[in-house]
Amino acid sequence: MKVKINGKEHEIASGQATTLLEVLRYELRLTGTKEGCGTGNCGSCTVLVDGRAVNSCLVLIGEVEGKEITTIEGMSPQGTLHPLQQAFISEGAVQCGFCTPGVLLTAKAFLDSNPHPTEFQVRQAIAGNLCRCTGYDKIVRAIMSVAN
Amino acid sequence: MAKYSVVGKRVPRIDALSKVTGAAIYSGDVVLPGMLHGRVLRSPHAHAIIRRLDITKAQAVDGVMAVITAADVPGYKIRNPLLLAEMAHLPQDKVVYAAQPVAVVAATSVEIAEKALGLIDVEYEELPPVLDVLESMKPETPPIYPDLYTNFIARPPSDKDSKPSNIAYHMSISRGDLEAGFREADLVLENTFRTQTVHHGYLEPFAAVASVDTGGKVTIWTQSQGVFSARQMIAEFLGLPLSRVKLVPVEIGGAFGGKSYLPLAPLCGLLAMKTGRPVRMEMSRDEVLRDGRPAPGCVATIKMGVTKKGRITAASARFIYDAGGFPEMSHAMFVRGNVLSQYKISNVKIEAFDVLTNTVPVTYYRAPSTPQSHFAVESQMDLMARALGMDPLQFRIQNVAAEGDTTPSGEVLPRVGFKETLEKMAEYLKQKGEIQGKNRGRGVACGFWHGAAGSFGAYVHVNTDGSITLVIGVTDVSGSRTSIAQIVAEEFGVPMESVTVVVGDTDTAPWASPSVGSMTVYSLSHAVHRACQDAMDQLKRLAMVRLGVEASQIEFADGMAKVKGNAEKSISLAALGRSSLGFRGEGPIVGRGSIGGLPAAPSVAVHAVDIEVDKETGKVRVLSYVVAQDVGLAINPMSIEGQIQGAVTQGIGWALMEGYVFDRGKVQNTTFLDYRMPTATDVPMIDTLLVEVGSSTGIYGLRHVGEPPMVGTLAALANAVHSATGVRMKSLPMTPEAILNGIKKAGKP
Repeated sequence: MKVKINGKEHEIASGQATTLLEVLRYELRLTGTKEGCGTGNCGSCTVLVDGRAVNSCLVLIGEVEGKEITTIEGMSPQGTLHPLQQAFISEGAVQCGFCTPGVLLTAKAFLDSNPHPTEFQVRQAIAGNLCRCTGYDKIVRAIMSVAN
Repeated sequence: MAKYSVVGKRVPRIDALSKVTGAAIYSGDVVLPGMLHGRVLRSPHAHAIIRRLDITKAQAVDGVMAVITAADVPGYKIRNPLLLAEMAHLPQDKVVYAAQPVAVVAATSVEIAEKALGLIDVEYEELPPVLDVLESMKPETPPIYPDLYTNFIARPPSDKDSKPSNIAYHMSISRGDLEAGFREADLVLENTFRTQTVHHGYLEPFAAVASVDTGGKVTIWTQSQGVFSARQMIAEFLGLPLSRVKLVPVEIGGAFGGKSYLPLAPLCGLLAMKTGRPVRMEMSRDEVLRDGRPAPGCVATIKMGVTKKGRITAASARFIYDAGGFPEMSHAMFVRGNVLSQYKISNVKIEAFDVLTNTVPVTYYRAPSTPQSHFAVESQMDLMARALGMDPLQFRIQNVAAEGDTTPSGEVLPRVGFKETLEKMAEYLKQKGEIQGKNRGRGVACGFWHGAAGSFGAYVHVNTDGSITLVIGVTDVSGSRTSIAQIVAEEFGVPMESVTVVVGDTDTAPWASPSVGSMTVYSLSHAVHRACQDAMDQLKRLAMVRLGVEASQIEFADGMAKVKGNAEKSISLAALGRSSLGFRGEGPIVGRGSIGGLPAAPSVAVHAVDIEVDKETGKVRVLSYVVAQDVGLAINPMSIEGQIQGAVTQGIGWALMEGYVFDRGKVQNTTFLDYRMPTATDVPMIDTLLVEVGSSTGIYGLRHVGEPPMVGTLAALANAVHSATGVRMKSLPMTPEAILNGIKKAGKP
């Protein structure tokens, strides 16, 4: 089975019933994608599948055959930070960092389709990503700063 | 803050780049060749005697490399297991809470390990669980442990009449004449308040990886808030000297007090010793919620007397904390020093208890014991102010303590910005104006946190290119690396980029207390400051020779050692660093600093929250939230704002939605779907007012920061609900259902 991950074609050895999260973390060693709950409630494992944000713990690898996956490792190709990554650093939106990859990818997918959101829309967009450190304040500000 | 060039600036975290790119390594990301996988068998019962524990079938499974039970733990042969605190407790004869680990398997795959768990044969004889603290305290209730006496764990007190008890700890303090104080009052009110068991909710589940070298030395990667305290605990569990255990620091995905507990690492180390191979263990979220030690619920009764003019004449308070199944993590202990310390009260009595039940044992969570105690104290303050017809903030300002006052525990208060912080909030609210609108209300609360101080060491290396490397043994749970790097840059007069902070392992870093009690930056900065001074003294000795002046005439700025008042005469740190290694040099420049025995620098945080209650559904919407906090001096305002905003959001969760649901002692809500925590749509932007009344004991005057902003949140929200609805909520969480019930009851004649 072939899956395109961060622009590169990968031949996957794990069985079809393995979750996308397990393939990323344990087969491909792309450990930037985190597992916070395993039940799709926290968003820490968010990746993009054809540009759409999904919880990779709820997706089986067989479901994404032939699709294009973007993980946090693919968000800054050639080492240039995405404006969201830069904003998260400069606005102080990163604390423990465990939710950060998932929030960044959710925000990217959201802004790609909705470049000028209101604060309320940003909050709704990231409501599936739990963060326990920041109180969301600086995360929302960072996303808004890129949007405007 | 023109006084400083790096301290006081909004500096981005030095660990942020590795975190936004996914490069940061957490415990669960560590992989070693030939790694086995460990899994835990947990008790299905809250209280049961183990009649038989047979592991032979599990051991026989192909791919199973080891199965361990309490009989295999070397530490249990040396010390009473009750004294091996804050770790997994494998039961020797009985289980005391549901989900207690009973046996552990290491196998070549997760699947095989899980299959083997199912083949472990345990015969339990169920005992009636003790589930309620008030029931548990009664003398007629059978004690959970036959060898546990109040304040004497695992050893009977000398008093022969003492009986084993479920009250693990009891403390009582008093000052003045309580009865006289209440007689002096014009108004006396007494209320009982209840808080529930809640979880820290860190996003990263527990994980550990352990390996053993050919010499038998155990190396462990795990997310501990204190690598040196973890080494001590694991060494005791494994029966090894400290020199044979090494803890390697990793990034920590949220801790908040909950990750001093080691549910996996000691077991993982023992499996590695048994098998001779690396072992990895990880908890599911379900396991984290069932056995990842939450914060205790509390029953608090408080009685307070005031004069008509609003002076508090007396107060008595009693706090009963639910310790769960183990006595090791006292919360009652923290009541001393943290309760009613922010007010001037001449006659006061405070009692606190840790009481055992057959529920999940607890641990510390952001200002341990204090959000619970302040829910009672600050709700009561609001009720007193209402009864007097006084503004609740003015009532607090009138009674607030000052430097030199004696707290209920007998401590004389150092300088704390109580009045400044309350007045800052009063001024802010005056500008903002009264809250307008139907079903809307404002609540205020004043939180106090005494704080703690620890023992820390620091090494500062001046490199031959003039850059500085700081080596510490402190895991970063609050942005401490960044704040400390700012201090190093400030001291040496170099830019932030010239400073590298290395968090070393327990073999290479200087000893450090765990990152708890909001003490890390406060205490560590002393050690780091001393290490910087030590290194700068060495640089001055080299510079004296090169510049031909006395050491006292040399200052450090712009990466140079300069002669004061003579801009022409200077030498770069790089040149000095290089010369230290030359044949005329004194050897490499290594600054060393240590600190211990520092007094705490207490902190105050005043909260104000505006809410709206939907009268149809009972749901609370938080409209705006502001915290004024005395931080002493803000080393990094952006970082402090983040600490306050995070703490408040945790507090909002605690007050409005979170809470363990138990059924006969077993936790029922074990996913984030039914253990609901605040999302981005549940909270507003959280405003911060940083007050800087310098402490007399902190470097640059800094104080404890991370925990204080949690303390007042619960009462602030309950006070706001009262203001919006006229209903006083004395139990948490204030769910829509609970508030609707309150409104309905209030509507009845």
